[in-house]
Amino acid sequence: MFQLTNTITSQGELFSSPDVDAARAFFAQKSRAMTDKRMSVTEAVSQFVQDGDYLASGGFGGVRIATAVLHEIVRQRRTRLGLSGHTATHDFQILAAGKCFDRCDIAYVVGLERRGLSPNARRYLESGTVKMTEWSNATLGWRYKAAAMGVPFLPARSVLGTDVFRYSAAKEIVCPFTGQKLLAVPALFPDVGVIHVHRADQYGNAQVDGISIADYDMARACKRVIITTERIVSTDEIRRNPCLTFIPYWLADAVCEVRYGSYPGNMPYEYYSDEEHVAEWLEAEKDANEFQIFLDKYIYGTRDFQEYLALKGGESRMRTLCELEPLKRC
Amino acid sequence: MTHLNTRYNLMELMVCVAARQMEDGKTAVIGTGMPLAAAMLAQKTTAPHLIVMFEAGSVAPTLVKLPISVADSYTQTGAIMHSSMDEIMEACQRGMVDYTFLGGAQIDMYGNINTSMIGTDYQHPKVRLPGSGGANDLASLCWKTLVITPHDKRRFVSKLDFLTTPGYLTGPGAREAAGLPPGSGPYKVITTLALIGYDSQTKRMGVESLHPGVTKQDIVDNTSFEMLFVEPPPVTPEPTDEELRVLREDVDPQGLIIGKQS
Repeated sequence: MFQLTNTITSQGELFSSPDVDAARAFFAQKSRAMTDKRMSVTEAVSQFVQDGDYLASGGFGGVRIATAVLHEIVRQRRTRLGLSGHTATHDFQILAAGKCFDRCDIAYVVGLERRGLSPNARRYLESGTVKMTEWSNATLGWRYKAAAMGVPFLPARSVLGTDVFRYSAAKEIVCPFTGQKLLAVPALFPDVGVIHVHRADQYGNAQVDGISIADYDMARACKRVIITTERIVSTDEIRRNPCLTFIPYWLADAVCEVRYGSYPGNMPYEYYSDEEHVAEWLEAEKDANEFQIFLDKYIYGTRDFQEYLALKGGESRMRTLCELEPLKRC
Repeated sequence: MTHLNTRYNLMELMVCVAARQMEDGKTAVIGTGMPLAAAMLAQKTTAPHLIVMFEAGSVAPTLVKLPISVADSYTQTGAIMHSSMDEIMEACQRGMVDYTFLGGAQIDMYGNINTSMIGTDYQHPKVRLPGSGGANDLASLCWKTLVITPHDKRRFVSKLDFLTTPGYLTGPGAREAAGLPPGSGPYKVITTLALIGYDSQTKRMGVESLHPGVTKQDIVDNTSFEMLFVEPPPVTPEPTDEELRVLREDVDPQGLIIGKQS
């Protein structure tokens, strides 16, 4: 009925299959059991993140990120990961520091918004060792949404006509109803997603306060989900405010209690970002040797996230950051 | 070049000019930095009912301080809704968002922007930049796109290394032919030298007013493509005392955007 004329073909590589029946087969066998999924971050990463997996990181780069898991991925020296570079800032910086990924879907990477660009993340992407495919924040988010819906693609109206399209793996299609030219973005089913939340019970029923960014769809798109939480709460507490629950337990594979788990990122309603430490990261990255010493000190030389926090001033520093948080409940 | 002025600096002039471009009662998705300073100033002066949204999900916050991230707590204070990125982007796609306000690394005469890479080989960039973020979506889907940027030859280029964010693409009709929503597109560019708009026929950039002390030659010397002008170009109205007071006292008392007051 409708024909596509003057089509341009995109040339980006599609790093994961939008095969919804394969995804259904996976989700069919995923456990529905309401079991205690509490474990350490060390255990969660060794059990659920394998070399070569495709990884998605929740939150917004330096806001509500699962820092402890990202550090542990670096500490356990995971390699050849695929990465969804969706609103990725400090999370991207951490994984680039560990040279953990060799392919990346890019919507926003390398930058830290108003703070500038990460010298090390730039070096990593400019080295030619990471295969890149281009997207935008909305279209990469809609790829999660397509997966969450269980459909192989969604139509959209951005990205068309630009080099983002040319270097993406999206396609131009014609709407069968209106004849309009549309962008088709393929469903993205990451192998594993990591999300930091305000509270979760031992089964993985999770709630966040404040904006949810793309985590609702991301949690549903991922085959496995590791949740880190500021606090483990009772299921009764979850049931008292069920409208806040955005991840039901059957999506979650691991629940790790990590107080201050978004540090040095911001955790709305809890603590503000540690801008001094983020600046310290950016400064250390300028010199590759300096940066290795920095990483040895904070990541490779620490046993876990708690040791890293202790090195950064521990409870007393965190209390200062809690004071700086404008949304804190008081 | 802009003459030295003891009453205001260049950043203050740009933020004040930018603030005046947003009509009251409209909706806008705004980035951090100068665009947000402009939106906050507009809300406190000429556009008290300007509805500000952030791409990460906050809707109509009561802005008390300039955020560092478009997702951080300072975008969420006193909001009427804490939503999600798809909620914001889908509002744009639905036609409910009037303005978006962006920065840029390279911009061409049709208002196309590059924030992805410098170089010629995509897989081996000379300089890798962040990419689109939400900019491509916002400039594709919001009705009017405003850009604020320093004005020099390195930024105002005849050919982008990479077309990240669509302006008028290759000229009249190109957005529609590409499949972008009809009636959307570039609106204004606020630079260190001028307020720039777009010619309705050619869709090319044209200077609407020169900042105080700036000449046409300054524009020519700092632009790599042929800039259009309204003839004769008027002078950009200077910031008023009231605009400057609100900007310094209420919008950016720490001088994060406009610099420290001496």
